[in-house]
Amino acid sequence: MTAAPAPAATDLGSQQPILEARGISKYFGAVTALRGVDFKLHRGEVLGVVGDNGAGKSTLMKILSGLYSPSQGQLLFEGRPVRFHSPHDARGLGIEMVYQDLALAENLNIAENIFLGREPRRGRFSGPLALVDHKAGRRRAQEHLDNLRIHVKSVDQKVGELSGGQRQAVAIARATAFQAKVVIMDEPTAALAVKEVGKVLDLIKGLKHQGISVVLISHRMDDIFYVCDRVIALFHGANFAEARLTETSRSQVIGWIMGTKQGAGELAYDRVQ
Amino acid sequence: MTASNESAGPVAEARPGWRLRLIPVLDRYGILLVILLMCLVLYALQPEVFLSWRNIANIFKQTAVNAMLAIGMFLAILTAGIDLSVGSVLALGMMCLAVANAAGWPWPIVLLLGPVVGLAAGFVNGIGITKLRMPHPFIMTLGMLFMARGLANIISGGVPYTGLPEPVRFLGAEQIYLGDWGTERLNLPIALIVTVVVYLAFWAFLEHTVLGRRIYAIGGNPQAARVSGINVDRALIAVYTLCGLMAGFGGLIMAGRTNSGFPNAGIGAELEAIAAVIIGGASFFGGRGTVLGVFGGVIVMGLISNGLNLNNVSVFWQQILIGAIIVLAVFLDVVRREVGTRK
Repeated sequence: MTAAPAPAATDLGSQQPILEARGISKYFGAVTALRGVDFKLHRGEVLGVVGDNGAGKSTLMKILSGLYSPSQGQLLFEGRPVRFHSPHDARGLGIEMVYQDLALAENLNIAENIFLGREPRRGRFSGPLALVDHKAGRRRAQEHLDNLRIHVKSVDQKVGELSGGQRQAVAIARATAFQAKVVIMDEPTAALAVKEVGKVLDLIKGLKHQGISVVLISHRMDDIFYVCDRVIALFHGANFAEARLTETSRSQVIGWIMGTKQGAGELAYDRVQ
Repeated sequence: MTASNESAGPVAEARPGWRLRLIPVLDRYGILLVILLMCLVLYALQPEVFLSWRNIANIFKQTAVNAMLAIGMFLAILTAGIDLSVGSVLALGMMCLAVANAAGWPWPIVLLLGPVVGLAAGFVNGIGITKLRMPHPFIMTLGMLFMARGLANIISGGVPYTGLPEPVRFLGAEQIYLGDWGTERLNLPIALIVTVVVYLAFWAFLEHTVLGRRIYAIGGNPQAARVSGINVDRALIAVYTLCGLMAGFGGLIMAGRTNSGFPNAGIGAELEAIAAVIIGGASFFGGRGTVLGVFGGVIVMGLISNGLNLNNVSVFWQQILIGAIIVLAVFLDVVRREVGTRK
């Protein structure tokens, strides 16, 4: 199988990756979550990350987004070595994460959630007593949602009143509100009703068209094969396989998840049924 | 990309019925309706006395202390926390200023001492909750409840101090003469002005400042606040410091009204403050409630005790009534949630 990293469909071949990880290991006490993992994300690429539960996908994503720091290995952003002390650092470079549990405050409205922690301000106060510019927030939130073609009744709506798909859309809008270059999504469709999944996947395609690189963790082969350019598989905390979407098949990717390179689609279906 | 024209939008959502549309209105202004109703009943029972200016002014004078404690408590409850120490901190602030006055300290320092002591106690609460990683604010503030009460007794030797200079009593006792209206003298209590100004300030703070909105966010989803880069610990320290400040300020007002400091002041006052916040519609789970609601809750409590006093009902019945109203208020909130959530 393709052990060497394949260039993404949209990549200009020799261009350096926007985000790269080299030899990443992560230990939690005696537990090894990641072992020498390499990872490359190209500009404007949607990269699928697959692996069984405990394969290390989420740990890797948390390292890429600055929530964890790696025990060993190096991160490079646009070719330069970087070190993140918190998600704040990663976000400063334009790396955003959409969390699986949708870090949204249900009691606040859509606009406030989009700008949570980065509120537009007015007046001359600064620090905690700075005034929030609610009007600018609403306007910019509406513009941003229009850009992403996300339709809501009003940006004044409380997030608690929204459906799962709408919340996911708000979470994605939040992640892309400030010149994001990389958006990492952890199972964005896992909790959604079937009819909402397609909308979220289209939203991801829309991000790609705006030149944003997306990392998509998903268990759903439909998601992977609908939006991704490339897929990598982790197994037991290490790189296992990787391929462009045009050069692989569902049964092969399912095989990778289970740690075999033989292609195990039928086996997987048997287990489901 | 063509399919995303309707992307994640509401799929021709049915227009909510009138009952659902009524909920936000009731949420916001229901408490005013309750107050109006109570006023009508009390007016019917005691037409001459109840609506007299003297009585109204009296209600505000007597509720001013609870109003100060309740608005601080509201901040703590907004973050899904609680501050059990406000009654004791009130007593500590009050006692410190009374003892300092007896020791001959100049009045400007005496005046500031109450609020400053409250602020310090609140800051200690905040540090304990965040840096000592107490499992719940209940624990830290319960500890402070005992410590502040003990300290108030120690510095006073357990006895009251009476007699405070005029400027120190100003906020709690003074009133402005506005003129006559019929046979009545219209006196505007300073305590009422203080209450209104403090509540307007808190409203502006919570609705329009960065920290105010973040306090709501923390109450709604602390995890979300944290990953959004909000310094949750710092915000919590600010919340409990402000809560302590308001308790100390309440101590100053109570000292003014009673022209004294007594170490048993404010016993159980934390529970009355909690009651006012809950009656005012704030959620115990954090993130929900308004300053107007808290103000309404304080007024409802004031009206209950005033109305029952006017009608010569025993104070024990007041306790029963307030207890019943707390349960009723929360029950209404539970019902409201069930109707309000569309799954």
